[in-house]
Amino acid sequence: MYSVNYHRANSVDDAAKMAEAGDAKFLSGGMTLIPAMKTRLAAPSDLIDLTHISELKGITISGRTVTIGAGTIHYDVATHTDLKALCPALCHLASHIGDPAVRHRGTIGGSVANNDPAADYPSALLAMGATIITNQREIAAEDFFTGLFETALEEGEIVTAVTFEVPEKSGYAKFPNPASRYAMTGVFVAKGKDGVRVAVTGAGDNGVFRSEPLETALATSFDAKALEGLSVPSDNLMGDLHASPEYRANLIVVMAKRAVLAANG
Amino acid sequence: MKTTLTVNGQLRHLDADPRTTLLDALRNHLNLTGSKKGCDHGQCGACTVIVNGRRINSCLSLACMHDSDEVVTIEGIGTPEHLSALQQAFVSHDGFQCGFCTPGQICSATAMLDEVEAGWPSHVSADVTAKQDLTVEEISERMSGNLCRCSAYPNIVDAIMDVAGSAKR
Repeated sequence: MYSVNYHRANSVDDAAKMAEAGDAKFLSGGMTLIPAMKTRLAAPSDLIDLTHISELKGITISGRTVTIGAGTIHYDVATHTDLKALCPALCHLASHIGDPAVRHRGTIGGSVANNDPAADYPSALLAMGATIITNQREIAAEDFFTGLFETALEEGEIVTAVTFEVPEKSGYAKFPNPASRYAMTGVFVAKGKDGVRVAVTGAGDNGVFRSEPLETALATSFDAKALEGLSVPSDNLMGDLHASPEYRANLIVVMAKRAVLAANG
Repeated sequence: MKTTLTVNGQLRHLDADPRTTLLDALRNHLNLTGSKKGCDHGQCGACTVIVNGRRINSCLSLACMHDSDEVVTIEGIGTPEHLSALQQAFVSHDGFQCGFCTPGQICSATAMLDEVEAGWPSHVSADVTAKQDLTVEEISERMSGNLCRCSAYPNIVDAIMDVAGSAKR
């Protein structure tokens, strides 16, 4: 790790001001940024620690609208009683991120800002049509996730929360890499007022994406049977030592079936 | 960077480079070498310590992020003369071979048993509202962040079940 200056922020405004100097990066749980700095893939001049900002933490529910503070750790999302009653799919997703030690530090804001192509949360936010709130504006999930580790965030912009309307039905299923627990393919399905939306993570070579063939099939009948015999193209899917694009194409349909089964309870 | 930590109940002060991880601070600055550096990337769990009651990977945190936090390491869990119940059970059940992952396993299991006591469910729990019976499946999931390359897992699970008072396999 290269030398770095550390600053502890006590408020979002405080953090934004601190970030004006040098080549600063915001530090949340550090589950990705710290290893990236150790391998020198990231080498910021300054780290702005967001983990002590209380206004970034917590989950608020108003009717069917859920707002999750960016600094909320995965463990707190996984075990939130009221959220579990309203949107069990998201708690289920959070409970499958990494391992317990990772879930005690990693945050939803860090995950979406990092936009790892195999992270779990982007699929949920895209499928549920969530809005990402920053210290400057609100961005639709559709416009937020722009590519591999790329987002619409501008320099110095801080994710403060994500918010979404809980869909009528939702489900998530992933095929985890057995070592890292990252999604080798994860599918989030949501049936809401905008129809059926299916978002796929861990498979696309440009990050999370919506699957039109699956959405079309499920719009007719929101049932795992509607996906029988369906196949999706392997174009633009990732191929690596864990799985070929063709294997991931197959996993997308299998995970989508499981997600629909979960959504239908 | 001046940092104050409460480590195993004692106030400890250090003045380390900001990039010093909590693990390096414990091992190199405070001479608490029980916590081990395995992968140094949050994948193996050998560095697991308990911070403010929660188990975390100390290699994935900077020490300065934890200014004024409370840290418990393996040295705070027991001593050779006064082993904790889990430490004794690991010995009795031969829950290790080389022993490198053991401090992390025991810190993790210590916090894990508290989590179960507090009623925290895991994603393999059938009934998330009831108190969890620590089955092999529950323990495997809850201890999934701690790898043992000697594969002493069956004996580690036995040791944990013994302390948890679970029904024998």
